[in-house]
Amino acid sequence: MPFLLNQLPKGPHYGILAEFATPADLYHACERVRDAGFTRWDAHTPFPVHGLEGAMGIRRSPLPWIVLVMGLTGAAFGFGLQWWVHASAYPLVISGKPYFSWPAFIPITFELGVLFAAFGAVFGMLGLNRLPMHHHPLFRSKVFERVTDDAFFISIESWDPRFDPSGTGKLLESLGARSVELLES
Amino acid sequence: MSSEHHRVALRPEQAMIPTGHPWNRFPVIGAACAVLGAAACAFLGAANPKQFFFSWLVSFLFFLSLALGALFFTLFMYACQGGWGIVVRRTCETVFATIPVMAALFVPLLFGLQDVYSWSVPGAAEHDALLRWKAPFLNVPFFLIRATIYFGCWSFIALLYYRLSRGQDATGDPTVSARLRKLAGPSIIVMALTSTFASVDWIVSLTPHWYSTMFGVYFFAGSFVGFIALLSVVAAAMRGAGLLDTVISTEHLHDLGKFLFAFTSFWAYIGFSQFFLIWYANLPEESIWFKARLEGSWTIVSLLLMAGHFGVPFFYLMGRTVKRRGWTLAVGGTWLLAMHFVDLYWQVMPTLHPEGVRPSALDVAAFLAVGGCFVAAAGWLMRRQALVPLRDPRLAESLVFENA
Repeated sequence: MPFLLNQLPKGPHYGILAEFATPADLYHACERVRDAGFTRWDAHTPFPVHGLEGAMGIRRSPLPWIVLVMGLTGAAFGFGLQWWVHASAYPLVISGKPYFSWPAFIPITFELGVLFAAFGAVFGMLGLNRLPMHHHPLFRSKVFERVTDDAFFISIESWDPRFDPSGTGKLLESLGARSVELLES
Repeated sequence: MSSEHHRVALRPEQAMIPTGHPWNRFPVIGAACAVLGAAACAFLGAANPKQFFFSWLVSFLFFLSLALGALFFTLFMYACQGGWGIVVRRTCETVFATIPVMAALFVPLLFGLQDVYSWSVPGAAEHDALLRWKAPFLNVPFFLIRATIYFGCWSFIALLYYRLSRGQDATGDPTVSARLRKLAGPSIIVMALTSTFASVDWIVSLTPHWYSTMFGVYFFAGSFVGFIALLSVVAAAMRGAGLLDTVISTEHLHDLGKFLFAFTSFWAYIGFSQFFLIWYANLPEESIWFKARLEGSWTIVSLLLMAGHFGVPFFYLMGRTVKRRGWTLAVGGTWLLAMHFVDLYWQVMPTLHPEGVRPSALDVAAFLAVGGCFVAAAGWLMRRQALVPLRDPRLAESLVFENA
């Protein structure tokens, strides 16, 4: 699967990691990185920061469409399966009802619709996030361990068209980064 | 994060209907409709009293259910300390404060009890074992006592919440909110029981042999959808009319849309579950009700409800943009309000017209009369009060609310 192979930048550097002290610092730095036109970058926080997706300029995820298509597929599958079984493959009279008794099919149609939609949501989310991933270059950084504790990070990947090892580092420093680190691939 | 920068303090004059604003005319418009409707009812109803009482029952149930939905919604918000909806809470309060008016609009029905409820005809139980069995519950004196209890409980809770919330505008006392939150739990229990019994008394007993253990929830689901639809329309209209346009944001519309979407599905879930169990077991005393609604032109109404009260709005309200734009949300709300009316019409009217759908001018007249009183009462209250609970301790939170 090509998208799993192309998930990381090629070349000697993975990118630049900048550490910020507070959510507010990170939030404002994200707005500036977004306005500077970077596209291949990310923010990392120990807890959800409200409105950060706006500050980062993230487009809406295609996940809802995946869920909708999966949900409709599941519902159609559930209904079609019962139709085929009860009205075509094994026509049995059950409690005096016609073979094609659609009300009886609704609970399973509903359940399969929900089940498939949930699969779409979970696996679609994993796929879009390129997960599971066994290792990531960011984990080489010692300071990055604090991302689950009390530090806030911006990482800009080296394959961003605007990336430049010294210039991008200076930009992040000027945005109030506590530390800036160039990471190897 | 960013929202903290736009924290606004609301001045009372920003939250009132300005003098000369067209919304000041609602009491007059409502009263005019009521007078017109009442005159038409008197004129047409004299010739056909039976039709009048049924038409009146449908319209009465429609507007009453909106008021009950408003009260439920407000109680839920207090009980779970919902912050987002504080900006629309005064609108809810205005709607449920009309419950005493609804009590007055119930009175005309008492003159036609025997026309509407076959069990109330003297001697009805004599040759009917089931009605004899149900007589200790289904008899006129107890029916009246129960109606008094329902309206007593509803009016008491409604006026308590309305008065204390209005009072808080003046005093700014935060303990009022805490007190109303404590009372919300018990009030919800009282509301659930009374509205269940009321729906059995006023709708189920139209077919006195029938029973359904889900009907109370079905009535609640319809009422709740109806009210959220009304609230969506009013909130969007307010923004359109330049009222609270800086207060009610796209985020609030979005949440109302989500509520509307969710409870449309809830209504369908409950409605189908009720039908499904009765259809599957196929016991005569249960299935008569649906049999009457799956014959002749009532079949079309049944299908219309499936598609129009669930299928179409389900897909229409699913997307994000539809819920975040005032006019698209208002279209969905108006449609569901109409469907809520069709739902009640479908519950009541087959008793009068088992042969098929027979629309009547009295349906319109009764709608105008009851609706006019409802609009006049709500419009009159709106002119006299701030359109948001100005000094609710959580108003600031609601003003800056954003969907994550």
